Amino acid sequence: MPRTMFDKLWEAHEVSGGLLYIDLHLVHEVTSPQAFDGLRLAGRGVRRPDKTIATADHNVPTDGTKATRLIADRLSRIQVETLERNCEEFGIPVYSLGSDRQGIVHVIGPELGVTQPGMTIVCGDSHTSTHGAFGALAFGIGTSEVEHVLATQCLVQKRPKTMRISYAGELGAGVTPKDLILATIGRLGTGGMVGHAVEYAGSAVESLSMPGRMTVCNMTIEAGGRAGMIAPDETTFEWVRGRAAAPADFDAAVERWRRLPTEPGAGFDTEVEVDAASLSPMVTWGTTPGMVVEVTDSVPDPAAIESPADRESAERALAYMALEPGTPIVDLTLDCVFIGSCANSRVEDLREAAAVLDGRRVAGSVRGMVVPGSQKVKATAEAEGLDEVFRAAGFEWREAGCSMCLGMNPDILAEGERCASTSNRNFEGRQGKGGRTHLVSPRMAAAAAIEGHFVDIRDWS
Amino acid sequence: MRPIDVIEGKVSVLDRADVDTDQIIPKQFLKRVERTGFGEFLFYDWIRSGEIELEPNPILVVGRNFGCGSSREHAPWALEDFGFEAIVAPSFADIFYVNCTKVGLLPVILDAEHCRAVAEAGEARIDIDDETVTCAAGVFEFEVEPGVKHRLLNGLDEIGITLESVAAIDAFEQSGGADRGPVTTAL
Repeated sequence: MPRTMFDKLWEAHEVSGGLLYIDLHLVHEVTSPQAFDGLRLAGRGVRRPDKTIATADHNVPTDGTKATRLIADRLSRIQVETLERNCEEFGIPVYSLGSDRQGIVHVIGPELGVTQPGMTIVCGDSHTSTHGAFGALAFGIGTSEVEHVLATQCLVQKRPKTMRISYAGELGAGVTPKDLILATIGRLGTGGMVGHAVEYAGSAVESLSMPGRMTVCNMTIEAGGRAGMIAPDETTFEWVRGRAAAPADFDAAVERWRRLPTEPGAGFDTEVEVDAASLSPMVTWGTTPGMVVEVTDSVPDPAAIESPADRESAERALAYMALEPGTPIVDLTLDCVFIGSCANSRVEDLREAAAVLDGRRVAGSVRGMVVPGSQKVKATAEAEGLDEVFRAAGFEWREAGCSMCLGMNPDILAEGERCASTSNRNFEGRQGKGGRTHLVSPRMAAAAAIEGHFVDIRDWS
Repeated sequence: MRPIDVIEGKVSVLDRADVDTDQIIPKQFLKRVERTGFGEFLFYDWIRSGEIELEPNPILVVGRNFGCGSSREHAPWALEDFGFEAIVAPSFADIFYVNCTKVGLLPVILDAEHCRAVAEAGEARIDIDDETVTCAAGVFEFEVEPGVKHRLLNGLDEIGITLESVAAIDAFEQSGGADRGPVTTAL
C-alpha cells in the first residue's frame, strides 16, 4: 500500500507500539531545568547526550550582554546558568550566551545541519514544527516529556491523523510564505489542524526556499497541528550540504532521503486544497493567529459572525486591540516594528526587509527593531552590510535571541503600544502586558515601519 | 504522581474558547527553575484585572481548544497547584492535553452541550475507570487512552515504564536505524 511521508517517518522510528525513537533533542533554558531535576531525583542519566544539543534563547538580553554572568535580570541569569550547569553535568553540548553558535533553537538546528530529512526531532517548545521543513517528524513537547527523552531517547506517542494541504499555482509578487501560512490558519482556524500531522505540498510549496518552508512549518502549531512537514528535494539537500553536521557520506544520505516523499496514491485522513495564486499579503487583527485578513480588507465586524463563541472571542479581541469594526487595515498606525523570531529571523528574511528599507527612514513615531535569529545569521548579515541598511533606516540592530516574540527578556512593548511583528503569536500580552501585536511578513513589516501604518506591499514603492 | 480514580466536587467555569497557555501562565513566571508554586500566578492578568473570577474547585469547565499555543508545562502545573484536579472541555490543544496527563491533571473531552450541562449543574463526579462524568443533568461518557488510564489510576512514572523496555531500545539502536543521525558531541 502506498505510504505517506509521515507513515514512513513514524514506522522507521517505532521501537515498539506507540514508543517512538528520537533522533535529535533540542534543549533550551526555559522548559528544561525541572526535567534535569527530575533525572537527579530519580538517579537517572541522559541516555544519548550525543543526540542532544542546547542553546539559550528565550531569556537572553539582545542588547550586547556578552556573558551569562552579566545578565542583569536575576531570574533570567539563574535560568541560563542552570542550563549551562545541567549540560556540563550530563555531557550535553551547549551554545550559550557568548558562543558564536548561540541563537534561537529553531534557527541553529538547521544552520548547524543537525536538522536533516528522515529524522524525529523534539524540543520543549511548540515551534519545533519548524524542522519539519526538511522532511523530518518534528514536534513540541512539555517538560515531563523532555525528561522522558533525556532518560530514554524515546517518547510514548499516540499516532496522529494525517492531513495534506496542497497549494496549486504560485504565490504572487509581494506575497510570501508568511502570508501563505497566515491565510491557511485563517481558513482552518486555530484548532483546525489539532490531532494531525500536516504535510504541505503542491507547486507553490515546492518553489519555496528552505527559510520559506521553515516559516510555513513553524506556524503549523498556530492551527493546532501536531507536526508540519514538507517533502525533501534538491532545495533541501543543497541546504544541508556542507554544513557542520552534514553526513560524511552525503550521497548515500541523499539516496535515503529521496525515498522519503509521500508515494502517489497514499491516503490522508484530511485533504485541503488552496489556490496559492489567489493569496494576498495578510495582517492579523485579533488575539489569535487565525484572526487574520488581507491587507486590503478592514477590521471585521463581530456582529457578522454566526457562532456565539467566535463572536464573543472577536468582541473581546477587538476590545483588547482597541480596534473599531470597519477600519481599513492600512489605516492602523504603529508604535513599533519587530523583525525577528523563529518564524522570520533568518538571513533571507533580513535581506527581504533590508531591500524594502534600503535608502529610506522609518516614520518618526516608530521604534524599529531587528533581532537576528542566531549569531551566525547576525555575522552573515553584517558581512553583507545589511546591518548598515537597517541602522541607516533608523532600526536598532540587536543580538540573537527570541527577544520581543515573547517578552521574557527586556525587549517588550509598553501597555497600549501597537506593533507590526514578524513573529508567530499575537496572544494577549505576548509581547508585553497590554501590547497589541499584528503578525505580518518581513516585507510588510519593513514597509509599515517607513509609512508608520500598514501598506499593501504589492502597490507600494 | 499520586494515583487518581474519582474526582468529585464543585465546578468552576471559564466560558472562553481558544484560551492559550500565555493567558494560563504568563511568560514572566516561566523564569523559575522549580516545578511548584505556580498556582498563585494562574490567569495572572485576567484575575488581577478583575476580568474573571475563579474558585479553586476540583473541576474546571472551559471552552474549545483550551491550552493552545506554547508547550509550557507550567500551564498544567499552575492549574493543578491552584487546586483543579480535572479540566472539562469540548476540545484541547494536543501538547497541553498530553502535558496534563503527565502531571495527573485529568483532561476530559465532552461535547459542548454536555460541557454546558456540567457547568450548569455546578457539581460533578468524574470516574476515570468507568470513563464517566455524572452530574444532575445525567451521566456522560468520555474516553481516555488505556495506557494513560493505567498510569493515572496507579500513579505510575512513565519513564519507569519505558525503562522496562530498555532491551527493545537497545535493540533498536543496534539495528543501525539510530546511527544515521548527526552526532552533536562531535561538532
